[in-house]
Amino acid sequence: MKTVERTNSIEVEGLVREFKKGPRAVDGIDLYVEPGEIYGFLGPNGAGKSTTVLMLTTLLPPTAGKARVGGYDVVAEGPKVRSVIGAALQEAALDPMLTGRDHLRLQATLQGISRAERRPRAQELLDRVGLSEAADRKVGGYSGGMKRRLDLALALVHRPRIIFLDEPTTGLDIQSRTALWDEVSRLAREDGVTIFLTTQYLEEADVLANRVGIIDHGHIVAEGTPQALKADIGLPSVHAVPVEHADRERLVVALAPYGESLDGGTGDVIIRLREGLAGLPAVVRAVDDAGLTLAHLEIQAPSLDDVFLAKTGRSLEGAGEDEPEEAETAA
Amino acid sequence: MTAGVLWAQVAAVARRSVVRTSRQPAAVVFPLIFPMLLLLVNSGGLEASTNLPGFPTDSFVAFALAVPFIQGALFSTMNAGTDLARDIQTGFLNRLSLTSMRGTALIAGLLGGAVVLGLIQASFYVAVGLIIGVDFASGALGILVLFFFAAVISVSFGALGIFLALRTGSGEAIQGLFPLLFVFLFLSSMNTPRDLISVDWFRFVASINPVSYLIECVRSLIITGWDGRALGLGFGFAFLIGIVAITVATLALRQRLVRT
Repeated sequence: MKTVERTNSIEVEGLVREFKKGPRAVDGIDLYVEPGEIYGFLGPNGAGKSTTVLMLTTLLPPTAGKARVGGYDVVAEGPKVRSVIGAALQEAALDPMLTGRDHLRLQATLQGISRAERRPRAQELLDRVGLSEAADRKVGGYSGGMKRRLDLALALVHRPRIIFLDEPTTGLDIQSRTALWDEVSRLAREDGVTIFLTTQYLEEADVLANRVGIIDHGHIVAEGTPQALKADIGLPSVHAVPVEHADRERLVVALAPYGESLDGGTGDVIIRLREGLAGLPAVVRAVDDAGLTLAHLEIQAPSLDDVFLAKTGRSLEGAGEDEPEEAETAA
Repeated sequence: MTAGVLWAQVAAVARRSVVRTSRQPAAVVFPLIFPMLLLLVNSGGLEASTNLPGFPTDSFVAFALAVPFIQGALFSTMNAGTDLARDIQTGFLNRLSLTSMRGTALIAGLLGGAVVLGLIQASFYVAVGLIIGVDFASGALGILVLFFFAAVISVSFGALGIFLALRTGSGEAIQGLFPLLFVFLFLSSMNTPRDLISVDWFRFVASINPVSYLIECVRSLIITGWDGRALGLGFGFAFLIGIVAITVATLALRQRLVRT
């Protein structure tokens, strides 16, 4: 681990979390997030993303390993960690009976912000996340996007140096998602806030993150910039679906000579083209020679899903399973 | 953390309790109306009890007016408990845990909210009593003591609700326990003075039931005047329940808040 500095960094070494009667939700991960960086933590449900966030935000003690957030140890210096972080956890936890403004005033008070500053700070954040008009309405009537924006505003009340966002756009429509992405980007770009973002959306990690860590079954299986990870895979893949499902195996055999077969778990026949795009004409001829008719044929440039596929043998979509409940934690 | 910040946190949590309750009409109206309906029904049916030799007053309404204060405290238990249990279930407690809020501020704030609501209920019961002609034997000062007692039992029963919420983390579990708390009320001297209960086992149970002494404390202020023994026992049990409940609630909070 690096020397202790009170920066906006996140340093993790050998972090482990075990659950009662269950597998290790997080199994010895190492990572380092630079100050001011947006770090995308990508993985399916049950991969260990939320458990990692709970540990880094001091809400769940690690079973083993070390982590420093903002230069403070998450186990020994919990209150100091909490003073420099903001978090919007999975499921926007809001009180449906309170208004947006009530929430911000409560949060500001609990964060120790002076009485004189509470009101203007609340208004500033309401303006910033576009909730000024809805500020005095009960949150029970807010849409999912509005709740998520309020959640983000609450995380920003005390001007944290580091923000944890646990699947902040899950369930949001594309408009709300884009608005939230813009705000997150702005936070890092203009305010120098370090952002640790978990997501199961490839596009989100691709668009937002400076670097991505891919987690599966509690292990980090790949880490780097989205561009570097995709370049590492390098070759495009062809996705083909026969008209007759019974022809699937024949299609697999016909395409086998042209590249590595990938099982994405989606039913498509997927081949990573050994010769790149130059191999495409041969693929088309092979399908024709085999007398197969295709319902769908698509060439895909390497994506983060290909990276996930290459590292885990599974596609990110549908790879998840429910993460163990926090209530099952072992002491 | 300075005392000023801690106080501000307590006030903010208390304010939230009051605001969220006030925005749910059923949570406000039911604790006011239900005890009054029970009072009217019991008074109508049990008025003849006042003819029993040794019955302490000739007005059963005055005798029974003490009961709503305890029922109100039981509602405090349920409200404080279910509010906190909901916060646990929805993750709102995690949100609070991520702030610099201290655990004591959470408990004190929730109890502060329970006191405000308890005093509103007490004001309503006193007002109804005065309107229907109950003569408070201890006078205006007695009514003030009554309000103080209402605040104390709101804290005591509210802490009990907080403890139950922290232990179970379930609003349904709290609501399931509510009838059990009412059993304590029915097995007390709510309808008959203890020395006039003729069934031995019932008199014994009522005598070891702390709720009897809480009711008799309030009752003494309404129909007797200044009865030091009743006041001492009532406040004694109220404080004892409060101390025990706050202690176990604080311990349960430490277990619930696993933050480092």
